[in-house]
Amino acid sequence: MSIFPKLVGARIKRREDPRLITGQATYTDDLQLPGMLYLSILRSIYAHAKINSIDVLKAKQLAGVVAVFTGEDLKGKTGSIPCGAEAPGMKLPHHPLLAEGAVRYVGEPVVAVVATSRYIARDALDLIEVDYDPLDPVVDPEQGAEAGSPIVHEGFADNIFFRIPMANPAIDQTLKEADVVVKLRIVQQRLCPMAMEPRAVVAQWDRGSKQLTMWTSTQIPHLVRSQLAEALHLPENRVRVIAPEVGGSFGAKLNFYREEVLAPYIAMQLGKPIKWTQTRREDLAATIHGRGQVNYVEASAKKDGTITAIKVKIFADIGAYPQLYTPLIPAFTALMSSGCYKVPVMDLEQIGVFTNKIATDAYRGAGRPEAAFIAERIVEEVATALHMDSTEVRRKNFIPKDGFPYFTPTGLAYDSGDYDAAFSKALQIADYDTLRKEQAALRKQGKYLGIGIASYVEICGLGPSVLFSPKFKSGGWESCTVRVDPSGNITVLTGISPHGQGQETSFAQMVVDELGVEIDNVMVLHGDTGIIQAGVGTFGSRGMALGGTSLLMALEKVKAKARTIASHMMEAPPENLDFGDGKVYLKSDPSKFILFQQVVDAAYNFKAGVPNIEPGLDATSFYEPANCLFPFGTHIAVVEVDAETGAIQFRRYIAVDDCGNIVNPMLLEGQIHGGIAQGLAQALYEEVVYDENGQLLSGSLMDYAVPKAAMMPWLELDNTVTPTPVNPLGVKGVGEAGTIGSTSAIFNAVLDALAPLGIKHIDMPLRPEKVWRAIQDAKGGQG
Amino acid sequence: MPKTTITLTVNGQKYTNEVEPRLLLVHYLRDVLTLTGTHVGCETSLCGACTVVLNGQAVKSCTILAVQADGGEVLTVEGLEKDGKLHPLQDGFWEEHGLQCGYCTPGMIMASYQLLQRTPNPTDEQIRHGLEGNLCRCTGYQHIVKAVQHAAERMRS
Repeated sequence: MSIFPKLVGARIKRREDPRLITGQATYTDDLQLPGMLYLSILRSIYAHAKINSIDVLKAKQLAGVVAVFTGEDLKGKTGSIPCGAEAPGMKLPHHPLLAEGAVRYVGEPVVAVVATSRYIARDALDLIEVDYDPLDPVVDPEQGAEAGSPIVHEGFADNIFFRIPMANPAIDQTLKEADVVVKLRIVQQRLCPMAMEPRAVVAQWDRGSKQLTMWTSTQIPHLVRSQLAEALHLPENRVRVIAPEVGGSFGAKLNFYREEVLAPYIAMQLGKPIKWTQTRREDLAATIHGRGQVNYVEASAKKDGTITAIKVKIFADIGAYPQLYTPLIPAFTALMSSGCYKVPVMDLEQIGVFTNKIATDAYRGAGRPEAAFIAERIVEEVATALHMDSTEVRRKNFIPKDGFPYFTPTGLAYDSGDYDAAFSKALQIADYDTLRKEQAALRKQGKYLGIGIASYVEICGLGPSVLFSPKFKSGGWESCTVRVDPSGNITVLTGISPHGQGQETSFAQMVVDELGVEIDNVMVLHGDTGIIQAGVGTFGSRGMALGGTSLLMALEKVKAKARTIASHMMEAPPENLDFGDGKVYLKSDPSKFILFQQVVDAAYNFKAGVPNIEPGLDATSFYEPANCLFPFGTHIAVVEVDAETGAIQFRRYIAVDDCGNIVNPMLLEGQIHGGIAQGLAQALYEEVVYDENGQLLSGSLMDYAVPKAAMMPWLELDNTVTPTPVNPLGVKGVGEAGTIGSTSAIFNAVLDALAPLGIKHIDMPLRPEKVWRAIQDAKGGQG
Repeated sequence: MPKTTITLTVNGQKYTNEVEPRLLLVHYLRDVLTLTGTHVGCETSLCGACTVVLNGQAVKSCTILAVQADGGEVLTVEGLEKDGKLHPLQDGFWEEHGLQCGYCTPGMIMASYQLLQRTPNPTDEQIRHGLEGNLCRCTGYQHIVKAVQHAAERMRS
């Protein structure tokens, strides 16, 4: 045990910030390369149409236009855009860079224009004429699954991407024998991840050395490199992918997009650097959407509140062209739909349906907010049916704290948990019993207070490599190199790719604690495949848990070698030596030490005569996790609903989350705040809207209601700490937890407020107009 | 479109350039002057990432033409630091973890700059309403409110 104060666990401010708060950071669109040309894309204005002809002549003739490409020009020239996940029996359509013969979503790329300036590249788009024959689109996934629906991909017999039953023969009998059965239809509306930085790509081909460099706003530079090398038929070691500063992502940039092949392909063709920067309109239409499910849920319970079975049928609104992770999202929903509860019988079915829209894929929570919503609505409905308080139903069914590892009927092993502890803490902070009394009193005055609870558990820390398809081109491990240079500075090269999560700080905290160096001597590098030895990336709340564990492993190797050297120099057993305050010291007598720098000198000058070692002082580790991680918690939302207007005001918002051990509490809070904001937004404000023609109506920020500062309540955070046994840090991951608890808690609060009016369900988002209409309908139109 | 000559003072330095009349101020700052601290996050004047101070007023530089700023004074995030000392707002955002990805931050800071000029002792609610022209997707705004309060307190003393 070290005698020096530890930085791990401290709220220290971020080392990333100086460049960000002074405007000195470099995001992809900031890059200017000599001779750089600008790429713009003409996109489909129809959800579904045949392309009869494309006339690009006037565009080509515009001064400053260098080249124009259509789907015909690119046919067969590159690989297509892959789906990196497998679902049994899935039918994958061809996914070209530019539309070939038909368009299948509003925003699909049709023509690529390259010009000498941004503005000319944009002007040229107006000069292109595309002759379309509009076709009937598929907008609703349930209708798309029916016989007689228009077909999104003409070669396919129907619109079914996959159908995955996970049947349980006991389900029918269990439902029959139940004291109560509850039924729900839940719509998880499509959402736009809406990172503040739109996607951007800069590509450069060095024709002398035959090396390609692509800067792209991504969460997964190494994985993008692997995909790009294949798509362009280049050896992977001649492709370098760099994530510069990335302005937010939330899963949208855990992907591989057409533009990430188009720009480098054109750079190679023209021998000039190519920049493409997305407009916000392009982002809302042609960056993947989150959620996009319709869930049919049945659950059975005994009259004492014990839940006996859950049946879930998921219609997943896939979009026209699956992207990298698309099939996995509904899979997560199915796997996690029993939530915190020990439900013995689960019968599940996932049906992925093609629609004429951009694909759905990972967006903060990626299937788990949907699962938590199912579990928490079941609890509420069972409680209502049995005239019990929903807190009793939760307590009746919680997996107990000595029940871990808990094996779900779906084959998952929850690592550790104490659901009742977080739950009880949240209730206590909310002063729950007093709130219920107040609610009853207010109801008598015709005022509607709502108390919404969500106890969630989620699956993250992705993950064991066996879960990843070979088409993903990687396992789920993570890699780290710790390099001590001759002057004693430490460089951490991590395979994760943070974009706001703060590991340049939290990893430095770990290095200081382990090696006893000054934090100013530590630098953390990431995001560049030309520098970082290997990596998987930042997503699925894995940065600290997996990236941090690989760092710890590499640090252990460095320490082992440093101990060997110091042991020789101090003539003391290596197991008696520890690190701190710039020294390597004897644990039994800290007054006996040498400087860490002396160890470094010995490693590089190599004159100390240490036997049986090589020179140098660095180490690389790869961490393969044995299991995923399962953070959990309870959120409580307290709202007041104005029955005259449908408006919803927050009284309080309480979050008690358990993410295991905490490295930097300030960063953790930030992640939970941001996660709650996005979960709240799904409950109350955001939805992607397509009309019956597949036209995107929410195509700008004037229509897509991302929360502003005044739309957020004050968030009261607390926590419990239940370390995970899965990794030596005991860290579970926090990036998505806030989103997973909040949507359900807020939905439950509003429905709880409206319960006395007989309102059973409203589809999200709970906009005032919808709430008002539900109230009017419940009153029988006597508004 | 024939170009026209404009002269602007940006962060205390004078610049003269030939620009197209339709060139947006934000593109002039980013692409011509290579001051890339000011960011573009939308094209409907909603997100605020492009906020700068023009002639003493916080404006969205994506909705101002460079020619409209001719003869004027612009302050961007790059101009806040004085002699190696951060502005209290920059300090506040740093101390209170008021940023994660950093993309909204320059615009958020410049909008807060005007907010504190007009309201040196704001309530949390005044800060939230004062920043309604600036979106953040990472922080949920809570630490931003604390950051602005931190700066306000320092600037009052």
